Amino acid sequence: MSVSSRLVDGMNRRHFMSHLAGAAALASPATAFTNSILANATDMKKRHKAAILLWMGGGPSTMDIWDLKPGAATSGPFKPISTSADGIQICEHMPLMAQQMHHMSLVRSMSTREADHMRGRYYMHTGYVPNPNVEHPSYGAVVAHELADQVPDLEIPPFVSVGSGSVGPGFLGMTWAPFVVDSNGNVRNMDMGIDPARLAQRLEMLSAIEDKFIGEKRGASADDHAKVLSKTVKLMTSQQMDAFKVMKEPKELQDRYGNTGFGRGCLMARRLVEQGVPFVEVDLGGWDNHADIFKTLSDTKLPELDKAMSALVSDLADRGLLDDTAIIWMGEFSRTPNINGNGGRDHWARSWSVAVGGAGFKRGVVVGETSSDGKEVVTEPYSSQDLMASVLKSLDISLETTFTAKNGRPMKIANAGKVIKELFA
Amino acid sequence: MRMRLPTFPLLVRCRASLLLVACGLMLGKAPSLSARDLDDHFGIPQVKFINEQVAAGWADAKIKPADPATDQEWCRRVHLDIIGRIPTVQELNAYVADSSPAKRANLVGRLLGDDYVDEYARNWTDVWTTILIGRSTENDNVNRAGMRQWLRRAFSKNMPYDRFVTELVTATGVNKSGEKGFNGATNFLSGKLDENGIQATAKTAQVFLGLQVQCTQCHNHPFNKGKQNQFWEFNAFFRQSRALRKFEGTRDVQAIELVDEDWSGEGGNAAQAELYYELRNGQMKVAFPVFIDGTAVDPTGYLPAKMDDGTEYGVNRRQALSQLIVDSPLMPKAAVNRVWSHFFGYGFTRPIDDLGEHNAPSHPELLDGLGERLREQSFDVKELIRWITLSQAYSLASRITKPNASDDPAVGEKPKFSRFYLRQMRPEELYQSLLTATEADQADDKGEKASRKKDEWLSQFIIAFGTDEGDEATTFNGSIPQVLMMFNGDLVKTATATGKGGFLDRVATAEMSNAQRIDALYAAALARKPSRKEISLANQMMVARKGDAIGALQDIWWAVLNSNEFIINH
Repeated sequence: MSVSSRLVDGMNRRHFMSHLAGAAALASPATAFTNSILANATDMKKRHKAAILLWMGGGPSTMDIWDLKPGAATSGPFKPISTSADGIQICEHMPLMAQQMHHMSLVRSMSTREADHMRGRYYMHTGYVPNPNVEHPSYGAVVAHELADQVPDLEIPPFVSVGSGSVGPGFLGMTWAPFVVDSNGNVRNMDMGIDPARLAQRLEMLSAIEDKFIGEKRGASADDHAKVLSKTVKLMTSQQMDAFKVMKEPKELQDRYGNTGFGRGCLMARRLVEQGVPFVEVDLGGWDNHADIFKTLSDTKLPELDKAMSALVSDLADRGLLDDTAIIWMGEFSRTPNINGNGGRDHWARSWSVAVGGAGFKRGVVVGETSSDGKEVVTEPYSSQDLMASVLKSLDISLETTFTAKNGRPMKIANAGKVIKELFA
Repeated sequence: MRMRLPTFPLLVRCRASLLLVACGLMLGKAPSLSARDLDDHFGIPQVKFINEQVAAGWADAKIKPADPATDQEWCRRVHLDIIGRIPTVQELNAYVADSSPAKRANLVGRLLGDDYVDEYARNWTDVWTTILIGRSTENDNVNRAGMRQWLRRAFSKNMPYDRFVTELVTATGVNKSGEKGFNGATNFLSGKLDENGIQATAKTAQVFLGLQVQCTQCHNHPFNKGKQNQFWEFNAFFRQSRALRKFEGTRDVQAIELVDEDWSGEGGNAAQAELYYELRNGQMKVAFPVFIDGTAVDPTGYLPAKMDDGTEYGVNRRQALSQLIVDSPLMPKAAVNRVWSHFFGYGFTRPIDDLGEHNAPSHPELLDGLGERLREQSFDVKELIRWITLSQAYSLASRITKPNASDDPAVGEKPKFSRFYLRQMRPEELYQSLLTATEADQADDKGEKASRKKDEWLSQFIIAFGTDEGDEATTFNGSIPQVLMMFNGDLVKTATATGKGGFLDRVATAEMSNAQRIDALYAAALARKPSRKEISLANQMMVARKGDAIGALQDIWWAVLNSNEFIINH
């Protein structure tokens, strides 16, 4: 297959040109035409599965959020409050989420071993510990790869990361790389400022050079470059880019999510899922609280999280999207039960919590338990791969799937993790 | 059938330096290095050593190396790797025209010599700024300009690597240029001393010794020999060091002064200045300064001084550490591994800064041998670069053939270096290469000012994770944002601008045929002639633009700059 055809990804050249011409028409003030197309697109929208990962970079102290230990020597100053889910209590600084807990479940028995940021980040994103000889695909790449067929008309990338960049596609290839945008939904450098016919000529010239270089058999990166070019061209001419524009939402709704980067990111995630994007990751950093943790949590981190996350859960539920959309809340690890000399907590992976909800997950339940000081998991411990297997199951992705890494080794999806049974009815 | 070109009014007013040489003569053929050239090691025993060691690896794996790269390919890669940009058309043609059997050695000599000293320093300053403080760190504690100023000086005078390490590890003084007592080298550690210098410990071990110790801060390493006590004993070397904030008025931190002070230890006894760390089970343990090979240093927390009776006492712990690092066999190995991977895309280990026993290198004897030779050569890094770039492995084509197809580190195999592995330019190299290709690298925009502009452009690709370790990643990785930047970004818009006096305007108005103009664009960006098919497409574009010659050239130039062949070092 030549690069020219690859560049237009399955379309023949004439079709491609008309595609570009169509884009020009849409860009013109003929809004009636535009609107009718958009209306049709909405009507034709089918149900599809998706997942939203709320990534808490730095490692949040889950015993101050989801698994409080009032009275323990290791406890912080926060008090637990009751929630809309029977028997589930969470931190008093999460009052809005408390009203949404009937949509969510908690796993309080995560137990992992990676307490270095980069290693933990990799492990929790992929289900594998870092290995110098193979790069494993992250959640977003795996889910996008498995669900992309559901949304054949999707023109924006199937894995969008708001803010953080996530972890890469590993051996699945750059096609499944996260598309990173900032929380304002701005995608830089989208406009070439020339007419589509001229763009098409430039692309034809470019294809000839790409083709020649690939034909010289120098390695996969020459080919990968051409594939990404093709996707970029699609993106530049797509109306679906509108999904990134959170400012088009009613002001009221924007306020509900909160005027913060994370709030806008969560709102964008909902718009993207509506558009058909199978996986969105939204980053909230600032959890690496080695010092002065309680003030940081109560004054800034928890209010920001509470507002945005509760708005996302309720908004998805209100629109009937929650039953098809999994939500995962986690960081790379948690923080030490012992409070250090600086009033902070250090890295801790041995006993901690994650929150999940939506899609096929059972709602309003707590899985597992930690000891009274929070230092041990006293029930069956769960790993990153177990959590990943459970998320995939909630999306009806087969756990029998096996990938082949670049070195020819078979790799079981989710590193053959075991489904956390209590999360399913 | 060749289409007739439309004719353009030619304004004969060219700044023709590039264009005249580009007109044809040298680029027609792609002469290869002869077998005799390859056998040659230019009379340099270290090159011979590399060639023998790498060839032994080929024999063991029963593979045959690729053919030699063409002159143009080799010339392009050696410019990119040594001075961080593609060659100008003049440089390319001069090299191709050189018929001396020592032409490769001559070019490497020039790139490492006085003519290119500024560009060499710029490139390696970029490389080492990223290693020492990352691409985005700039805060109250770290001053990028100060770091760069020190690095530029170090590379301009080819500071021996042992000296380089010592100055970084022992630096004292003020981190910001223009302040009294300025020492830019302090910026390596000035931002890493918080929380008892955990980052200083991890980064120093990683960068200069190739040891990954960050995990052993909290526990013994699960699968290598790293022990928690080693982390804290290494950490003890940084406990006399303080990053003092110098304030402007009452609030804004103006600069950091890195100092060493007497340290009385966590136990309050300066003669036995100890620190405590906590085991996983809660037990507290004590640590004194001990190097990773077990060499213990006097546990005193006092800095060197004399008593009234003239008796000397005290230890400067960072100075003691730097001496132990310099004497360690790991230090030259870590340096060699890093420099080798810069030129080949892969080092002898993955990652390159993990030389622990659990991570066996692909070519252990070569790594050890080059480390020893670097020490014998008084840590002259330019010599190491000369040996590597004149090796047979570095001269090979990037083409995959049947006899070398199994050598593919991209799928996780240990590299055999039987061909030149493709790799995308670093963003700094792309930036500089675009300036070179468009002859925009003007003398009035050098040094720190130019670095600032480059940082600003780079920031669009940097994702900081906001952890204490300053972890960051880049989206300059072949993904969509990068392609969008090349398609439509300001840098490429400028490079393809048609304004009067700009690069395309000069090509368009020079006295030459359209075919020669297209040749000039290909030479400037890709160091080769256009193929028949490319010529025919270019001609079609000339027709499509209906006499707008510069518009057509702009379209062609845009395509050339956006190609895989341009951005991939091959």
